[in-house]
Amino acid sequence: MNFRFSLLLASFAALFLVVAPGCKDAKKAEEEPSQEAVTVDSIDQQLVKDVKEVKEMFYSMPSPLEVAMILKESGETYNPELMNPLNNTSRYVTTKSRALNLGIYTTDLSYSSLYDQTQTTIDYINAAKEMAEGLGIMHAIDNKTIDRLEANVNNRDVILDIISETILASSSHFKENDREAISTIILIGGWVEGLYIATRLAEDNPTQEQINSNELIARIADQKLALNTIMKLRNKNKSNEHLASVMSDIKELQNIYDKITIETSKVVPVKDTATGVTTLKSETSITMTPEIYKQLKEKIDVIRTKFIS
Amino acid sequence: MSKLSHVFALLTLMMIIPLSGQSQCKHFAKQVCKKELAPYIHNGNYNAAILTEGETAEMYKTFYSNQNYRVYICESSAMPRIHFQVLDINRNVIYDNKKNGYKMKWDFIPESSQQLIISLKVEDGENDSDGDPISGCVAIMIGIREKGENAP
Repeated sequence: MNFRFSLLLASFAALFLVVAPGCKDAKKAEEEPSQEAVTVDSIDQQLVKDVKEVKEMFYSMPSPLEVAMILKESGETYNPELMNPLNNTSRYVTTKSRALNLGIYTTDLSYSSLYDQTQTTIDYINAAKEMAEGLGIMHAIDNKTIDRLEANVNNRDVILDIISETILASSSHFKENDREAISTIILIGGWVEGLYIATRLAEDNPTQEQINSNELIARIADQKLALNTIMKLRNKNKSNEHLASVMSDIKELQNIYDKITIETSKVVPVKDTATGVTTLKSETSITMTPEIYKQLKEKIDVIRTKFIS
Repeated sequence: MSKLSHVFALLTLMMIIPLSGQSQCKHFAKQVCKKELAPYIHNGNYNAAILTEGETAEMYKTFYSNQNYRVYICESSAMPRIHFQVLDINRNVIYDNKKNGYKMKWDFIPESSQQLIISLKVEDGENDSDGDPISGCVAIMIGIREKGENAP
């Protein structure tokens, strides 16, 4: 009895000592942002020594916002028919399908927002909200987010900031709860949606000359580089069954991307002293035949159809 | 018995400290770091961790042709300086903040899409008042912006 009591007491004391200051600090950070250090001073020296040997590795995939910006910058026109229909939301009842379609709807709403399609953006953020709620992350997109979006329909900067915040809320939630695999599935969904929209916007059956000169097709080929990051994230989260299932589709896509060659010359950084911006000067050569592009486009179509079904 | 309860309490502490720290790191990235990216927009990806002086972290990311990027390394204020470098995939140094007054922001436009490595190290500093190495939150923030917008 005494032992159990002391055990319980020790646990409660530990919980109070650690969680109470943590909660207070978090609240303070929200109320008055400041650059206070998060000092962990209760760990023994051996633990600190062990931790010192650990190297943090981050593998960063293109986010839905980045994907949409690449689409916009390629100069193609806006086509809302390419987006995942809103009435599909009721289909998604599993963790995997909700995560994939949270990414897909987030790319769609990022895409529409960059073309100033405010009502569509609001409709799609509601679809993303439904997916987030299904995944148990109510705070990622709540009613306040929607209200803020509606109040700023004419302010693109604020809209993009809201979208960025929703992506941050979901990615940080899963990473801090050791569920990086779910965060990766969300990003894969968003990435595949971007690829789907890009292949639909680009020339249907491009010639070799069009392949060599079209900026959007070059960006589609560039995604071979992002695949390396996806593979690293897969290796970090091998035990997750949802991610393993998604990866079987991505592996098929990789088999086609393996046929594309990308060669980049040595980078020469040149700084513009007036703006402070550095241009990384280099040249790239992409080798992709019309046949490989056709295979790629068809595979992306099959995977995207599977993801939204 | 007393030893066992101590072990249990220590284990509880070890499990909770990282969660508490991670949660504060998330707030730190959202409340403090994100604002420093302006006028660039944060891409939304969360890459932050509690690091102790002497520790290193690396981020692998593909940056796309002709897009405008800002890299911002954000750390808690009581932390020692951070030395960061941007490397190409062959680990050739493209940018070194040590040669640029330890600036924590770097703006760039890649002419070709390529994978880059952002490598950072928390330099050794003075220990805190208890003599323990200092730990704190470090976030690697990536900002993007549309073409044609005026540079800051």
